Amino acid sequence: MRHALAQHIGVLRRMFAAPLAGFLNILVIGIALSLPAGMYVLLQNAQGQVAQLSGTPQISLFMSMDAKADDVDRLRKKLDQYPGIERVEFVDRAQALEQLKQSTGLGDVVGGLNQNPLPEAFIVYPKPDEAKALEALRGELAKLPKVELAQLDSAWAYKLEALLKFGRMVVLILASLLSLALIAITFNTIRLQILTQRDEIEVAKLIGATNGFIRRPFLYFGAMQGLLGGIMAYFIITLSLMLLNHQLDALSQLYASQFVLNSLSLGDSLTLLLFSMYLGWLGAWLSVARHLSQIEPH
Amino acid sequence: MIRFNQVHKRYPGGYHALKNVSFQIAKGEMTFLTGHSGAGKSTLLKLIAAIERPNLGSVLVNNQNVGALKERALPYLRRNLGIIFQDHKLLFDRNAFDNVLLPLQICGFDYRESHKRVRAALDKVGLLKREKSNPVALSGGEQQRLCIARAIVNRPSILLADEPTGNLDAEYAQEIMAIFKSFHQVGVTLLISTHDTSVLQDTKVRILALRQGELQ
Repeated sequence: MRHALAQHIGVLRRMFAAPLAGFLNILVIGIALSLPAGMYVLLQNAQGQVAQLSGTPQISLFMSMDAKADDVDRLRKKLDQYPGIERVEFVDRAQALEQLKQSTGLGDVVGGLNQNPLPEAFIVYPKPDEAKALEALRGELAKLPKVELAQLDSAWAYKLEALLKFGRMVVLILASLLSLALIAITFNTIRLQILTQRDEIEVAKLIGATNGFIRRPFLYFGAMQGLLGGIMAYFIITLSLMLLNHQLDALSQLYASQFVLNSLSLGDSLTLLLFSMYLGWLGAWLSVARHLSQIEPH
Repeated sequence: MIRFNQVHKRYPGGYHALKNVSFQIAKGEMTFLTGHSGAGKSTLLKLIAAIERPNLGSVLVNNQNVGALKERALPYLRRNLGIIFQDHKLLFDRNAFDNVLLPLQICGFDYRESHKRVRAALDKVGLLKREKSNPVALSGGEQQRLCIARAIVNRPSILLADEPTGNLDAEYAQEIMAIFKSFHQVGVTLLISTHDTSVLQDTKVRILALRQGELQ
């Protein structure tokens, strides 16, 4: 056990033997990882905003102006029996006008009208699992008697959702490419290390070291470098978000709203670190598998 | 303990290093392998440690055909052998103590026990006071003795030495021969190659003489 520890300390000593080169490697890995991870953070934030704004999707049903009270009752009964609808909210036209007066500051304009221009309306809340069939539902509702217009309120949210999906794909592609880059960086670092430690490897083989014993410090080094690169990426992202939030602060004051970019969650941070560590290990493993067999004592 | 049956070794390029070599070394025997340089002494030792493999014939160590061993089994064969290399093969990135510690680390020895053993091995070759020195700072004779300490720290049953007195003056060479004799006395099987027969004059030991790849 303590030999293993000594071996590990040896690896760290070797890392610090060339601090600048080691640091540059870690910096490159950190930057490579921070690009997709940073984009992911921005997407997560955008998605949070979308969810907040759109809430559950709803359909507004505007009745024709000539609809009477019993037309309203009939429609309400129909809607209540509809299978895809969770609940329905009736908006009285007088009540709607009052709201309009108060909320938009158009009181004077509205007061100047000699009749209420607003129709009777229902707000329909579909069941959550009907979300995909919303457009179909809207079409059906539009055909009900005395319905003038059926409008899907959150259509824009779905468009944005599609855009976010596109963004996620970009992140995925970027992450895959830069992961390959990380593996390549580690592969090369380990290759150089194996070359400089040729003598040690040869002697170790001659006095009975198994391949596992020889491989272990290199794998450990690769994983360690990956982990430190991941930590570097974490700090790059955190620092960038701090700077961005500082700017957003001024912006949200102008819009009189509160808008803050959240950093990586604990789970995402851990995933980032473990993933970068794994990639480092993998790069080292590939390199060792490729180069170690070439060193045979003679 | 060690047995060669009609062993041939030809290197790529056509150099015929060993021709039809057969012999047997019993457990606890101390044997010298003599011959001019190029006679095949190093090749013979390498065949025992499976650093090279025979083209024909078989090499048996402890009744194991080492020429046919799988790559994975080699480390365990070599842990039973102590090998003293002509060029020492010491590591200059660590001190004398850590050089001798390496075989025990490889075998996964207990930390405390391994430190005791390293000190005992260094004491045996008279280098206990130099344990903190880098091998670079040691003289040729001291480097040779350090290499011996590394070979014996694992307490192998077989010790192979390739020209251990090669570049040493007579006084150092005698010292090293004395160390080998003490191993012989505790039952270690030794095979020592040398081109310098003068160190053998006062010893009655078995000699295997190689000439151009053939046993005389």
